[in-house]
Amino acid sequence: MATLLPPPTKRQKRETTEKSQQQQEIQGIPENLGSIRVQFFDQATGSATGPAVSVPVGDTSVKNLETLLNTLQGNEEDERVPYRFTYQSQDDKDNLTVDILQDLYQSLLKPGLKTTEDTVQLYYTPQAVFRVKAVSRCTASIAGHGEAILATSFSPVSSSTMVTGSGDSTARVWDCDTGTPLHTLRGHTSWVLAVSYSPNGAIIATGSMDNTVRVWDAKKGQVLGGPLKGHTKWITSLAWEPYHLQQTGRPRLASASKDSTVRVWDVVSKRIDMVLTGHKASVTCVRWGGTGKIYTASHDKTIKVWSAENGVLLQTLAAHAHRVNHLALSTDFALRTAYHDHTGKVPASDEEKVAAAKRRFEQAATVNNQVVEKLVSASDDFTMYLWEPQSSNKPVARLLGHQKEVNYVTFSPDMAYIASAGFDNHVKLWNGRDGKFITTLRGHVGAVYQCCFSADSRMLVSSSKDTTLKVWNLRTGKLAMDLPGHRDEVFAVDWSPDGQKVGSGGKDKAVRIWRN
Amino acid sequence: MPQNEYIERWQKLHGKRLDHDERSRKKTAREGHQRSKDAQNLRGLRAKLHQQQRHKEKIQMRKRIKAQEEKNVKSSTEEQSKNPVPAYLLDRSNATNAKALSSAIKDRRNEKAAKFAVPVPKVRGISEEEMFKVVHTGKKTKKKGWKRVITKPTFVGPDFTRKPVKYERFIRPMGLRQKKANVTHPELGVTVQLPILSVKKNPQNPLYTQLGVLTKGTVLEVNVSELGLVTTTGKVVWGKWAQITNNPENDGCVNAVLLV
Repeated sequence: MATLLPPPTKRQKRETTEKSQQQQEIQGIPENLGSIRVQFFDQATGSATGPAVSVPVGDTSVKNLETLLNTLQGNEEDERVPYRFTYQSQDDKDNLTVDILQDLYQSLLKPGLKTTEDTVQLYYTPQAVFRVKAVSRCTASIAGHGEAILATSFSPVSSSTMVTGSGDSTARVWDCDTGTPLHTLRGHTSWVLAVSYSPNGAIIATGSMDNTVRVWDAKKGQVLGGPLKGHTKWITSLAWEPYHLQQTGRPRLASASKDSTVRVWDVVSKRIDMVLTGHKASVTCVRWGGTGKIYTASHDKTIKVWSAENGVLLQTLAAHAHRVNHLALSTDFALRTAYHDHTGKVPASDEEKVAAAKRRFEQAATVNNQVVEKLVSASDDFTMYLWEPQSSNKPVARLLGHQKEVNYVTFSPDMAYIASAGFDNHVKLWNGRDGKFITTLRGHVGAVYQCCFSADSRMLVSSSKDTTLKVWNLRTGKLAMDLPGHRDEVFAVDWSPDGQKVGSGGKDKAVRIWRN
Repeated sequence: MPQNEYIERWQKLHGKRLDHDERSRKKTAREGHQRSKDAQNLRGLRAKLHQQQRHKEKIQMRKRIKAQEEKNVKSSTEEQSKNPVPAYLLDRSNATNAKALSSAIKDRRNEKAAKFAVPVPKVRGISEEEMFKVVHTGKKTKKKGWKRVITKPTFVGPDFTRKPVKYERFIRPMGLRQKKANVTHPELGVTVQLPILSVKKNPQNPLYTQLGVLTKGTVLEVNVSELGLVTTTGKVVWGKWAQITNNPENDGCVNAVLLV
């Protein structure tokens, strides 16, 4: 029998109300604090923006700081950008990073990190002007595949179509708005291990265990010619040529295979354009950069950089001590979506499309008036390396912290973060500029297989062996939403480029669509 | 220092004999000869024991040779496993087998027929005479004969305290209490010793369930948190049911098989 507590006495009630009132009062900013000097720094470059500005402490809310910074940068009324401010302590010992959540008083002055005498150095990162809501519910669980789902990808055009590859040797295209199957792509004779939409969303490429690559019309769901034969082992990864580099009407596709080669295909004529040989073991991942380079990672511990024009080996990046599992480019998101931006407006002519794609790529890649493509690689040696292949063969930073193999790594669309998923049940978050550790997202109780940023880089979704998806808030580093529902491990997850939906699939053979 | 380690002590004090290595090498080299001599000349019980031991050794030897041969074989066609895995899990041997667990389990659960199937479907009936011994000590007890001692192993929870003698009708002897069970996972073929949480069902009699009597066919709840199983919601499974497969009163231990 449970003991019933007596109702609170009058005195107890009075005390609690007094206490809550006091706490409310503390939340505000005292009037008489004077002003504080603030100096803004760009997080991406580390350089100062404008002079140090004196701001009354009462007015140091994030909203006000945003307005101030926009004015300092001379942004017009309609191109105002929301910012995120962080304070990084200068002495290297404790290496403290504080996120300014509400205002400077609550975050810095009250904890005693800074006084009004000091100049506060604030690092700012521009945020996306649009907001993605956290997905919270499963709108559809679609049966159809006869075997486990191994890969998934949303169309770059919109969140309404998605393709999944499965162990039943088919790939299926789904209408995510209604939760119904659109097309079944039949033709492979073994598991479909990789699926990829072309940047304009017109063609789907699938790579399979049967050593072939097939290309399909995304609208009609029909096969475009026969299989692309040439590999002698299964296909592990696919990468399309970025839209702004494609010759008109002649898109190319790179496929990495277990047979330690990468083949570049001319998709229209179904011919092998180039064969990139040089790796000594299975190639696990291929990425096609926006500056005309192909990056490949392999089990032979190296990452190789090839020229996409003539297939010449440009660089070999060797630092890992074990097989390299995955690669991510800082410009991945811009390259994947090409000319599709958050406004949903598609340029009319082909030239405009190419120009838009090029502009988006350059916008994403430009740091200090230079086009810089960063590369991060995850490996079985429990570490990751951050590279800048353009400038050096040596890594920029070594990202230490995982306690088991790191399986998946990805850059956030705004390049501010790197997220890595490991078999040690953790997702870790790193600074995209210098590779500094930010936080660990704990919560999964099984190996984490994949993770994916939302388009506004404010959230992350991760899929795990423990049958759940979890949505994380990057700002607080906390779990935003737990999405149970899958009945077995979740192999593949993707967040649609417009941020509306999350699609996932796994061993339980059902495709699930999640939205807010 | 234990008394019998005089040789080690001598070696520590004086070092080994100068020809120690030579002698030990020769001894091992001659071992085969000595063995064959023994095998031919031993008689009676000693011969029997020698044969038994040799038989076991040979089994081990054959196993090792077989394993070695398998390792050396280079197969051109890599065997494709039945359940598909994504590209990033291919070439990873350890990742797949540990989790044959839940998928197979869940498939089985879907089959309605398998729902009520247990590994030990029938048990021998145990009468009350066999289960209980009447206590005849003490004046009142002797007269009325209401006190019983349970003659089978029992599980007694950690928070159990004995009642006053006057009110204690059933005595569960300390020496026959069991806390752990050797639980086998049927699909994986792994056996782990797990703590018992409770007795869920004794098929003989609901009274025995209450008393926590462990007989063949009894369903237990065991603590499987070490195995790292997860539910559909991603929580770690704590307790799972298992059925006893041996006669604990004969063996002195509890062997059980996990119900999946």
